Amino acid sequence: MSLITAQNMSVAYSDTPALSHVSFAIEPGEIVTVIGPNGSGKSTLIKALLGVLSPSTGVINRKQGLRIGYVPQKLSLDSTMPLTVKRFLSLPKHQSAADITRMLARVGIFGVEQQQMATLSGGQFQRVLLARALLVRPDVLILDEATQGLDQTGVAAFYKLIEDIRQEMGCAVLMVSHDLHVVMSATDRVICLNGHICCEGAPTVVSETPEYRALFGVGTGGTLALYQHAHDHRHDLGPSQEHDHSHCDHDHGVSSHG
Amino acid sequence: MDDFLIRALIAGVGVALAAGPLGAFVVWRRMAYFGDATAHAAILGVAISLGFSTSIYLGTVITAVGMGLAISALSARGHAIETSLGVLSHSALALGLVAVSFLSGVRVDLSAFLFGDILAVSTTDLWVIWGGAALVLALLAWRWQALLTATLSPDLAQSSGLNPQREQLVLTLALAVVVAVAIKVVGALLITAMLLIPATTARNLSKTPEQMAAFAVGVGILASIGGLLLSLYADTPAGPSIVLAAGGLFLLSLIGGRRA
Repeated sequence: MSLITAQNMSVAYSDTPALSHVSFAIEPGEIVTVIGPNGSGKSTLIKALLGVLSPSTGVINRKQGLRIGYVPQKLSLDSTMPLTVKRFLSLPKHQSAADITRMLARVGIFGVEQQQMATLSGGQFQRVLLARALLVRPDVLILDEATQGLDQTGVAAFYKLIEDIRQEMGCAVLMVSHDLHVVMSATDRVICLNGHICCEGAPTVVSETPEYRALFGVGTGGTLALYQHAHDHRHDLGPSQEHDHSHCDHDHGVSSHG
Repeated sequence: MDDFLIRALIAGVGVALAAGPLGAFVVWRRMAYFGDATAHAAILGVAISLGFSTSIYLGTVITAVGMGLAISALSARGHAIETSLGVLSHSALALGLVAVSFLSGVRVDLSAFLFGDILAVSTTDLWVIWGGAALVLALLAWRWQALLTATLSPDLAQSSGLNPQREQLVLTLALAVVVAVAIKVVGALLITAMLLIPATTARNLSKTPEQMAAFAVGVGILASIGGLLLSLYADTPAGPSIVLAAGGLFLLSLIGGRRA
């Protein structure tokens, strides 16, 4: 049985349509990636599936008792609220100290429990958000451009982590991404969105369809080349350390250990 | 100590108990304007209560809830909320002042409701104040985790199966109750100060939201004691003196407690 289904769903902000006639379903254990240009309705789709936005037409069904682990695009913490990492991870459900430490270790950060959320680096912050989502033992993990602000190797490492977690926990993953290439290696199904679903299928199929080319236009070549470069770079990170990026050392350090 | 001073102190502590944790939410959610509007509407409630010869608390709670719901509805529709709040808040205050002037045969000392009259609280008032404070604390304790989550991010709350609008309603109701019970203590014009200043003072000393709420209660109690002493020895108006003491504690926290 599908975890979440949307049938013929349209969403509008006052009079401006953001999504029209989208039908969508995600199955247990599946990794689905939604791509599309800015303003294509990716975040709107996520918010409708979460129940934050109500569709103007169509229906959304969530499996009875569905546990959602949501990693938002960004979380702007108000500086007036003091908040340790440990306290944040106990929202909204209380979590034991042991569970918190174990989950932080699982996402690759250590010893930050007593640290204020505001003092975390971008990479650490993102992983704490992921840890919070995983602590509810989700049936489906929903990530909205969770790799924003990470460099290419950081993105690659983050997706590797997500893939491993899917293997361990068996949860479905729904992610929104700009980055087609790095996603491609892990994802089962890509949905290309631009107000409606342009095309849908296995990753290699999508990047070859005319709709995808039309969306990204002449930029496609450059974008794909950039991602191709990231792919090479990731493989270069072995013991040989063939670095051709002058500023990579620093970024790499922050995002993989951070 | 005289009886009226002890009653005043008990009243101040009661208000501080509820205003501390609620004030923390007012600070986190930037609801200062919201607090002002609700408190100003309470003056209209005073006029209505006097007009119908009913309890001041009943009238203020009803108008404060009405104002809170109106503002919540407006902000949910995405209106320019600060402008709407300013219009609503001051219109309600002016309407209340005008309405009181129409009450024939009633000599009303409005300043008691604008600036508070803590030295005149009766034993009945104490029961209402402590009852209201207990109600607010119980409400906040019950919804605490959900309120914090919804304050951090409505989307996170929604994804966890919570309803951010319901949590907003909880705060609106709590605010209305605090306004009603605090109006005799610090007055409609200074209620927001008793929400904002202790919580802001506590911010500099706290590492978690719970610490901030607890320290805010402490600061509120200290301010009540300090303000009453100031009022007693310097013969200053009690309500403003309490707020002034809170302001002094805030300054001290800036100097002494600044965390890294």
